[in-house]
Amino acid sequence: MNAFLLHWTFAIPEIWVLIMACVVLLADLYLGERLRDVAPVLTVLTLLGAAVLTFFELGQSGTTFAGLLVLDPFTNVAELFSYLAVLMVVLYSRRYLMDRGIYRGEIYVLLLFALLGVMVMVSGANLLSIYLGLELLALSQYALVAFNRDSLVATEAGLKYFVLGALASGLLLYGMSLLYGLTGTLEVRHIAAALVNVTSSNLILVFALVFIVSGIAFKLGAAPFHMWLPDVYQGAPTVVTTFLASAPKIGAFALIIRLLVDGGYGMLESWQQIFIALTLVSLVVGNLIAIAQQNLKRMLAYSTVGHVGFLSLGIVAGTEAGFASAFFYTIVYVLMSLAGFGMILLLTRAGFEADRIDDFKGLSQRKPWYAFLMLIIMFSMAGVPPTVGFYAKLAVFQAVIAAGYVWLAVIGVLLAVIGAFYYLRVVKVMYFDAPEPESGPIVRDDLASATLSINSLALLVLGIVPGPLMAFCFYAMQGVI
Amino acid sequence: MNASLLSYSIWIPIVGGLLVLAVGDRRAALARWLALIVSLLAFAVTIPLYTGFDTHTATMQFSERVSWIPSLNIYYHLGVDGISLWFILLTSFLTVLVVISSWRNVQTRVAQFMAAFLIMEGMMIGVFCALDAILFYVFWEAMLIPMFLIIGVWGGPRRVYATIKFFLYTFLGSVLMLVALLYLYYHSGNSFDLLVYQHTPLGMTAQILIFMAFFVAFAVKIPMWPVHTWLPDAHVEAPTAGSVILAAIMLKMGAYGFLRLSLPIVPDASHKLAWLMILLSLIAIIYVALVAIVQEDMKKLVAYSSIAHMGFVTLGFFVFDSVAIEGSIIQMLSHGFISAAMFLCIGVLYDRMHTRNIKAYGGVANVMPIFAALMMLFAMGNVGLPGTSGFVGEFMVVLGTYQVNPWYAILAATGLITGASYTLWLFKRAIFGGIVHPEVAALKDLDAREMLVLGTLAAFTLLLGVWPAPFLDIVHTSVQHLVAQIAVSKIPA
Repeated sequence: MNAFLLHWTFAIPEIWVLIMACVVLLADLYLGERLRDVAPVLTVLTLLGAAVLTFFELGQSGTTFAGLLVLDPFTNVAELFSYLAVLMVVLYSRRYLMDRGIYRGEIYVLLLFALLGVMVMVSGANLLSIYLGLELLALSQYALVAFNRDSLVATEAGLKYFVLGALASGLLLYGMSLLYGLTGTLEVRHIAAALVNVTSSNLILVFALVFIVSGIAFKLGAAPFHMWLPDVYQGAPTVVTTFLASAPKIGAFALIIRLLVDGGYGMLESWQQIFIALTLVSLVVGNLIAIAQQNLKRMLAYSTVGHVGFLSLGIVAGTEAGFASAFFYTIVYVLMSLAGFGMILLLTRAGFEADRIDDFKGLSQRKPWYAFLMLIIMFSMAGVPPTVGFYAKLAVFQAVIAAGYVWLAVIGVLLAVIGAFYYLRVVKVMYFDAPEPESGPIVRDDLASATLSINSLALLVLGIVPGPLMAFCFYAMQGVI
Repeated sequence: MNASLLSYSIWIPIVGGLLVLAVGDRRAALARWLALIVSLLAFAVTIPLYTGFDTHTATMQFSERVSWIPSLNIYYHLGVDGISLWFILLTSFLTVLVVISSWRNVQTRVAQFMAAFLIMEGMMIGVFCALDAILFYVFWEAMLIPMFLIIGVWGGPRRVYATIKFFLYTFLGSVLMLVALLYLYYHSGNSFDLLVYQHTPLGMTAQILIFMAFFVAFAVKIPMWPVHTWLPDAHVEAPTAGSVILAAIMLKMGAYGFLRLSLPIVPDASHKLAWLMILLSLIAIIYVALVAIVQEDMKKLVAYSSIAHMGFVTLGFFVFDSVAIEGSIIQMLSHGFISAAMFLCIGVLYDRMHTRNIKAYGGVANVMPIFAALMMLFAMGNVGLPGTSGFVGEFMVVLGTYQVNPWYAILAATGLITGASYTLWLFKRAIFGGIVHPEVAALKDLDAREMLVLGTLAAFTLLLGVWPAPFLDIVHTSVQHLVAQIAVSKIPA
């Protein structure tokens, strides 16, 4: 066996998802007419299979394909959560797509390719593989956003996303090329070694870092690189929005870990400054602009910007505990936004998007159980105990105070209070207002309803016993520095 | 059983509340009975805390300590001492009364209403016995959710404004406390243990910043002047039961926070800023009492009177005298009974007349003699008449303060006079005199259920007034210990 293929088994989950994505495509092509459920069912099986395969790899570590991919605890844990995120999206999606006549196999194929992109980003150890993973994810996302081709807003959102996304990819790629020119290598760990001899005032390095951080900030949705986010979140079909807010965020977080921590930890002080600025702007912009929103999808988009600000606090800390808490925040954010968008999905029906905040008026009288779940989701996003959202904030604040940035934590908590206001407003309309006459009946959807119940209750249960999940995230970040 | 008594006290009401929620609003009668059973059971498990309490030690009793979040070194750590014990009992006792008093007058979403109170009971007890900073914070914050819903769903016409104001005010107050707690974590060798914090050396600047962060959290909750403005709104809009819990227990939490966190953790800053605290307390006692006099709305009047009474409590803390601190604790307990009773009395009237405006009443004593007699007792307690519980606390606070600085005591004593004026004037206008309004003439006196609730409270008001010794015995050792602890500087040499 040649050196290139050494330890190829480390990449089995990626290979499995790739093969299965092709299988789903073919199966849908030949069977899709008669068995409409074939693609989603196969997708679920793919995800479960991938989880099993990843599970067997827990505890192993090393690189493969001549250093293109790396297997370490972070790879395992991040991939497991990505499967979970996509699984939820698939479970939520069925009725929404059917009602709009876009229940087709391609959407699931695209989801699997996007997932593969995330997986490659998460396990990338070489600038090339990381960039490839990123582009695979991005291209799938552009197509997904514009998937409902008869919808004008969706097409517009897709085009916006494509143009801006391509720009961001270009920035990132340019930063990578500068880094390559400076160090003469594409492998992340070699870059880290080579950077030891470069002073932090080196102009090329500063440029490289600025471009790379800007690219990451765009993918993550940090202000001031967040302009695409509200339009795309609002314009995309809600199923796709649900996906955009889930696994791709794990991928974007992986970019930070792979490029800035694995590769550029020696330059921590340089990029830390940029992240402090990103954090502050994101916290302020996200939380303040969200107050003015009338559309729930748009509000959640701005709340995403705010959440990115909070999770960046952990990255600013620059310690192992800091990265672990930022990862924990990312996972919690993914769970919360899956539930939040899942709720919108559940209330939609053909011709009714349920995405205005007013559409939630009087929900506690129309469907008390859904209102209760939404209550948990909103309080979790606001960071009120005993929901898991509180522990996510607690962990990042703790990390950032440990690193000596008490003032950042104070700004953070004050903006958390401002943030609480617009989440409370949703609770307010659900519990204190009377239902609007045109809100109509809620369509029964057992699958999505069960998924949402589990998803939302998990936010509460994890809030009472947050220990294991947090330990899992800390395990993922072991020895990352 | 004894070892996990505190856990039972916390979790029986919470789990019971969830059960009540599961019963659903359609089976209202079942929900009521289940809520009553749960609250009685929860009260029953707190009684052994009193009977089994050792009054000779200031250490934490009935302790429980289990690792909760290992990654952040957070423990599920509970315990009670003489300072917290009474508040736990007060909480579980008043919840029973609240369930009974809401039996009839809450008709919408009954199960949710009862469940919210039971869940809140568990969380409030959690605040009083948590010894881990994060556990304390979790209970402290989580409590806001049920209260937010109680005011917002079952409240008066301006309930939405009031409840959002209430939530944001208290949320803002407490997040700064969180930052202080996290800061302490790093100065105490990575621990969230409140008892460890008491022995962590801290420089003066750090102490003052931590004190201010705590101050914002607790002052909002108590509430102290000038951050009291949420309280009259919240009280006026809350349903009767909500007002009772708010006044009788939630306000005590802020004061409890001073005793458990501020004083022992940052003693030097407490000494240094005592003048500010005393000033704010005196303003509450004098100015807010004057504000109370001019109120037209009975609930608002009692709400302002609560702020004034809590002024005595904080005054007692910051003269650092053991008599005054014991007096403050008794005052809190007494106010727990009396303010609960006052709000219930107003609730009794409101249920019949659907107005709280004093002018709409007058001559109630003619048609409701039993009610008038009971309310008279509570009004006297509110004034601080000897023989009622209100006298003991205020007298001890003034006595303790006098030993430290007679001027403070003289100013505080004027509060007793203003207290008498607004309470008696309210009583005169609403209860005495001739019947002016025909609606009043048609009023019916207390039924058995209302009599039970108010009668029980009356018994406790008198008991604490004439025989405070058993109450003080519990408190004494812990307060002595606390006073000794505050006297020692924590500034590293």
